[in-house]
Amino acid sequence: MNDLDYGTPAVDSTREVTLNIDGVSVSVPAGTSLMRAAVKAGVMIPKLCATDSLAPFGSCRLCLVEIEGRRGYPSSCTTPAEAGMTVRTQTPKLAELRRNVMELYISDHPLDCLTCAASGDCELQSTAAQVGLREVRYGMHGANHFVAARKDISTPYFIHNPAKCIVCNRCVRACEEQQGTFALTISGRGFASRVTAGQGESFMESDCVSCGACVNACPTAALIEKSAVKLGSAERDVITTCAYCGVGCGFKAEMKGTQVVRMTPWKDGKANEGHACVKGRFAWGYATHKDRITRPMIRAKTSDPWREVSWDEAFAYAAKEFRRIQQKHGRNAVGALVSSRCTNEEDYLVQKLVRAAFGNNNVDTCARVCHAPTGYGLGQTLGTSAGTQTFKSVEKSDVILLIGSNPSEGHPVVGSRLKRSVRAGAKLIVIDPREIDMVTAPHARATHHLKLRPGTNVAMLSALAHVIVTEGLLNEQFIAERCEKQAFDDWREFAARPANAPEAMEAVTGVPAADVRAAARLYATGGNAAIFYGLGVTEHSQGSTAVIAVANLAMATGNVGREGVGVNPLRGQNNVQGSCDMGGFPDIYPGYRHVSDSATRELFEKAWSVSLQPDPGLRIPNMLEAALDGSFKGLYCQGEDPAQSDPNTQHVQAALAAMECVVVQDLFLNETAKYAHVFLPGASFLEKDGTFTNGERRISRVRKVMPPLAGKADWEVTLGLAAALGYPMHYEHPSQIMDEIAHLTPTFAGVNYDKLEQMGSVQWPCNDKKPQGTPLMHVDAFVRGKGRFFNTQYVPTDEKVTPRFPLLLTTGRILSQYNVGAQTRRTENVQFYGEDVLEIHPHDAEERGIRDGDWVGIQSRAGDTVLRATVTERVQPGVVYTTFHFPESGANVITTDNSDWATNCPEYKVTAVQLVKVEQPSAWQMRNAREDKEQKKLLAGAKR
Amino acid sequence: MNAILKTIFAKHQDRPGALLPILHDLQHALGYVPDDAGPLIAKELNLSRAEVHGVITYYHHFRRTPPDRHVVQVCCAEACQANGSEALAAHAAKHMRNGEVDVEPVYCLGLCSIGPNIQIDETELHAQVTLSKFDALMQELGDGK
Repeated sequence: MNDLDYGTPAVDSTREVTLNIDGVSVSVPAGTSLMRAAVKAGVMIPKLCATDSLAPFGSCRLCLVEIEGRRGYPSSCTTPAEAGMTVRTQTPKLAELRRNVMELYISDHPLDCLTCAASGDCELQSTAAQVGLREVRYGMHGANHFVAARKDISTPYFIHNPAKCIVCNRCVRACEEQQGTFALTISGRGFASRVTAGQGESFMESDCVSCGACVNACPTAALIEKSAVKLGSAERDVITTCAYCGVGCGFKAEMKGTQVVRMTPWKDGKANEGHACVKGRFAWGYATHKDRITRPMIRAKTSDPWREVSWDEAFAYAAKEFRRIQQKHGRNAVGALVSSRCTNEEDYLVQKLVRAAFGNNNVDTCARVCHAPTGYGLGQTLGTSAGTQTFKSVEKSDVILLIGSNPSEGHPVVGSRLKRSVRAGAKLIVIDPREIDMVTAPHARATHHLKLRPGTNVAMLSALAHVIVTEGLLNEQFIAERCEKQAFDDWREFAARPANAPEAMEAVTGVPAADVRAAARLYATGGNAAIFYGLGVTEHSQGSTAVIAVANLAMATGNVGREGVGVNPLRGQNNVQGSCDMGGFPDIYPGYRHVSDSATRELFEKAWSVSLQPDPGLRIPNMLEAALDGSFKGLYCQGEDPAQSDPNTQHVQAALAAMECVVVQDLFLNETAKYAHVFLPGASFLEKDGTFTNGERRISRVRKVMPPLAGKADWEVTLGLAAALGYPMHYEHPSQIMDEIAHLTPTFAGVNYDKLEQMGSVQWPCNDKKPQGTPLMHVDAFVRGKGRFFNTQYVPTDEKVTPRFPLLLTTGRILSQYNVGAQTRRTENVQFYGEDVLEIHPHDAEERGIRDGDWVGIQSRAGDTVLRATVTERVQPGVVYTTFHFPESGANVITTDNSDWATNCPEYKVTAVQLVKVEQPSAWQMRNAREDKEQKKLLAGAKR
Repeated sequence: MNAILKTIFAKHQDRPGALLPILHDLQHALGYVPDDAGPLIAKELNLSRAEVHGVITYYHHFRRTPPDRHVVQVCCAEACQANGSEALAAHAAKHMRNGEVDVEPVYCLGLCSIGPNIQIDETELHAQVTLSKFDALMQELGDGK
């Protein structure tokens, strides 16, 4: 299901040239290839090594043309169009040359088209037809590459069959240009040239990250998805948006009936432009996994077996319980969690249900535990709780400052974009306690890696500010025009204090002052400088302070408001931006308007025909505290798993156990569902219509490609629950929900499904002033008017190393697994990473007698767990690292309930721990395993 | 190998396009380019393992396994061919002994006017090599071991 392929990438030039191709006059931007110009003139020149996602290569010799006044037959992919050229693409001589070349290709290609998985979707096949190949005079018996060729089936998702390879180099170039991994090469020379992974090993053993770019690029069946081999070709494709990370890649779901044949990255998706990662591209099998729960279930006690019931009975039971609790314990004894994985429309409905049907403001979202500090920090300084740019804008960056983010694992498509910019000449500064992949990526080495101690971001950022202020690197003109003077003067005095000098902070951050000074100078003077950051900035006791410090740097150097600069938070989940935008917070309505603002409140009261509470409700940690106090008894939890994802697991488990009615709406019986009384089956992103909003504020359509397995999309489930609570809401389709959102939210006023259909996606604010949306924010003025500096005094976290807990644990993610792993653990991605491991520096390992692969007990003041050790210099001495994708790991049993001072975002990134070599799992792990088994037994009894 | 590589890296520090010079130096030092060197060279030059592998396998000159005690290169380029190097190469092949003498083709040793030419162990050049002269050279090699 291929889109029109222009052969070479579009060229960005304002100068147009006009030429004549086969008698047709055509104008193209200067620098455009003849091949691309020809497509514009309606002529498809035969090609094999060219595709418009890759730079022209000129190796296949099929796209030859004749140019009047020039000798020979230049390749049209590598020849730029020039004004006044007369080009002929179809002459008897060219036809003969092309046929001859094609004949050579085919003489070394197995002629098994009828049984080939690429049949009908093979460029070699279609090009042979296009050039009119009728015979292969060389016969098929000479030296060839297909008799002895061996298939590589090592990766779970695609095969490499060298027999079908024409060595066009597209896969190698895709791995280099699009993905930036350089895992492939052509080994040998001449007739012996072959596509090779790594140093001649299998794809799985090589550096390959299974992004699928090579598979996309392959014109034959040499690289093809295993699912396509198994299922045959698709009948239709539907454009939709990935449900993994906050990059929000556009995909084409290629369908056969209601079965997904494959997901291919959408070339016109503005966030990803035809690229993808192993999760979105391949790891969608969870959607139809046998663990999916497809019938509503209830039980009176969590020790009772589950009982499958009708939707109506489940709704009625949950509603009755919520009302009973409210009667007995008060209106505020119940609340809800909005899902960062559900659609905008679904998130809007849940917060509407809480405010209108529960009659309180007890609604929160998992952004609480990830990017709440971004909302606060950017809101305070710039006026908008979101990133300032499009991802594409990084192509115009000269300097990239990456702090607390590991994009090649967590946001792979953005990671590839950053690497591409660095390869094109941008300088990269990485601030991270670990040597992440971005530090040493091939051809994209970071200029500076400031390997700071966990928990010292604010010290580092203040030191960078100190250098900028004291070395005269401020953009005084920008500040004078765009920022509040008094606040800036205060900040300037603060930043200049000797206590903030890199030399003074060296003892805190552990980073040599000279490196900090050099990085600060580069950021301030290197041209367009963009900051990208992630949870490594926000998930700290000073998370909000660090976000503010990031915004301070951007304002101080004038790096806001144009292409190539800005502040770019990388959001964790597909719709965490949307869940925040939709008012999934206890203190704000959709569009970030405070619940105490009476004009806004009246607007919603009128639209929803209810009276609304003016006081903010409870945040997640407050709900959990209140549950332990006995004042909070009922929770409606939509598509979130706090029992695994939130810090201090034992505390969360105790709080959930103390509630009387926990309603979980999810695809799977997750960790939280073990404490649930009502289970409402959720629908995957393939089963519903709606929209997701990514980290660049881009609203993209999610489209239903199969009916919901449980019969209802998530928005329909919320409608059912609302009706049972006596507050019926009437929508026939999510588009009507979006219309209501647009009607009530000024930043969304211009958003509707027709526009999304037309434009593909749109970035908010989208309203009368900006009907086409707003790719770039704060262009002439900040959203809040004048930008505001805040002093960012470094306050060390309470979580300090002590003789008892001498190491710092920090947590993060891995490419193949996603968040709590509920989805990716149910795919073949477990072949890449099947358990969470503990990274430890060789010095710390040796001191404790720990060897690679040993079981290690990790103790913190919150709890203890056991993981397998990986001894590596990726982490610095004194620091250990793990991921939290597997519930049995109990990574969050160790993390504490320390949190950000402004937003309560947990301090996942710093926990003081001690390690000991052990022989068995921790007591928590053993109990958890036992309970897991018991709960599965209770589930087994539910089937009717 | 690590110590040797370290010295080689230091020699070519900051040199643009250092991959080929490094590979030459390594082969000169060890007689071949071990596969284990690939990741280290890649890391040093900020390349990928695959790229280094691609370059090593592109040039026939680079060996991936330890050579035999002696390597005899017979020029098979046009001028030497015109002077009978094909027959010489066929004759030389008979002298191949596992672990002792390896015979391989080479394309031009720069002595085109006085071919056919051979090179022994990448150090000694011999011109106008007749079959009997070749046998005598092999005899010397065998004696010298």
